Amino acid sequence: MPGRAIEVEGLTKDYLVGFWRKRPCRALNALTFHVEQGEVFGFLGPNGAGKTTTLKLLMGLIFPTSGTARILDRPIEDVQMHRNIGYLPEQPYFYDYLTGRELLDYFARFFGYGPRERRERVARFLQLVGLGAAGDVQLRKYSKGMLQRIGIAQAILHDPQVVFFDEPMSGLDPVGRREARDIILELKRQGRTIFFSTHILSDAEMLCDRVAVLVGGELQGVGSPEQIVSIQVQGMEVLVELPDGRALPAGWSARATRTGRRYRIEVSERELYAALDELRSREARILSVAQLKPTLEDYFLRLVGRGEASTHAAAEVPEK
Amino acid sequence: MLPWVVAINTFREAVRDRVLYNLVFFALLMIAAAVMVGQISIGIERLVIVNLGLSSISIFGLVMAIFIGVGLVHKEMEKRTLYSLLSKPIRRWEFLAGKYAGLLLTLLLNTALMTVGLLAAILYVSHKFVRADFGVLVAVYFILLKLALATALALLFSCFSTPMLSTVYTLGIYIAGIFAADIRMLGQMSASRMVGGLMTLAYYLLPNFHNFDMIAAAAHGTRIPYSLVLWNTAYAAAYIAVALLAAAATFSRRNLK
Repeated sequence: MPGRAIEVEGLTKDYLVGFWRKRPCRALNALTFHVEQGEVFGFLGPNGAGKTTTLKLLMGLIFPTSGTARILDRPIEDVQMHRNIGYLPEQPYFYDYLTGRELLDYFARFFGYGPRERRERVARFLQLVGLGAAGDVQLRKYSKGMLQRIGIAQAILHDPQVVFFDEPMSGLDPVGRREARDIILELKRQGRTIFFSTHILSDAEMLCDRVAVLVGGELQGVGSPEQIVSIQVQGMEVLVELPDGRALPAGWSARATRTGRRYRIEVSERELYAALDELRSREARILSVAQLKPTLEDYFLRLVGRGEASTHAAAEVPEK
Repeated sequence: MLPWVVAINTFREAVRDRVLYNLVFFALLMIAAAVMVGQISIGIERLVIVNLGLSSISIFGLVMAIFIGVGLVHKEMEKRTLYSLLSKPIRRWEFLAGKYAGLLLTLLLNTALMTVGLLAAILYVSHKFVRADFGVLVAVYFILLKLALATALALLFSCFSTPMLSTVYTLGIYIAGIFAADIRMLGQMSASRMVGGLMTLAYYLLPNFHNFDMIAAAAHGTRIPYSLVLWNTAYAAAYIAVALLAAAATFSRRNLK
């Protein structure tokens, strides 16, 4: 049975704010969760929720006020553990005087690869992220999307067991997002653990085995996307087209929305068949029938809406 | 050898950012001086050329050491290039050592090329090299020691301060260090024991940059004793080690914003 890839226990981070009288401001409060090996784990939250702070703590870029974390069963302070992890920072920026190829070659040197191995890897990963033709262009000439791609390449260049992506889809066009999703799925197929933060919920729903939702530095829930939203069918959605001169039964207008000759009607599961019979009797063309389920987005918006007021208030640590 | 990987990249950055363009100004200065010196200073051409050349090497190098040195760490933090780098298996002190070595390498190349220019100018005005010209190389070595020390100080300040403040601190210590002996003398002349004590303490704490100035000796062909070379090398090495250790200790605990 595979062990845990990431274990976070009571991770807390306070920043000192203010100019003259500095006071602590809590960015992350007693965060506790774990990620199993081979999982795609989504870290969700609105801007300022503490996602990047968590990632920076795990990468050793900042230090926790309290709490501990382990990656691949080694403490986060252990730099040797970095041989087995990869990291894409949010809005990555690299040495703009280097070309894409030089940048990857530079980073590959930290893993002790010989010249031939570096050449081979760099070429392979440039190709993988769709920068095969732009490898010899200086990074100062790269677009935001290209920087994101080279960032993904440098994070997985050394075949890490655990990959951390901070907003990997940010700045990518639809094609780039699709490619990034494919890369994540391919990494998962290879048995790697992927931990990625995002506020694009459709990506999380599509890719993640489990997600954690963070709002105002507080963990709101961890589980599969289905568990998180406690999936229950909330009703049925029927899409129909009515012939000219036909109308919906009286009293249906409250639960129907019209676009031209098309109607979108919400009915309960119990009423479905009766409603379909009624529509057929009016010669309606039934285009689709689908379940109405709450999405991760619904859950997310509910949480954010609820926590909006407390987000700022909770961040303040009472002075002793 | 991870610091070496960082050092080579730092050197590459300096070269691609056209830092070595200052060599063009130095070359023009040396050519102009060599051509003009014969017309305005009969008999002391070599003295003028050596003075001017070594002073330029020192000033150009110092400007590079301080202005690039204060940005070495800050630039990487500000642009967040450090985030990806520190996620690789490299320790923070190894990164610092690499940045320091990279700038030193740049200064070494810059100084070496300027020295070649100076020697060419000396050859032009004197038509030959004499034994006393060896002193020029010793003076250049002392300039390099000074630059290595100034770079270490700039790096130390850049670990906890902004580039502007780091420049002020480094320049301030450099200027105070030039006058270290005068500070001690003033302390001895002071009527107050406390002021005297503080000035003596400052004398011992400040790096004595005046010790590295061998320009006049090289210009006048005065022999520089080997013992002085050894002592000053040991002095600079000790001071650099302390500055780099302090920088590593500071940077290792720093939260990267």
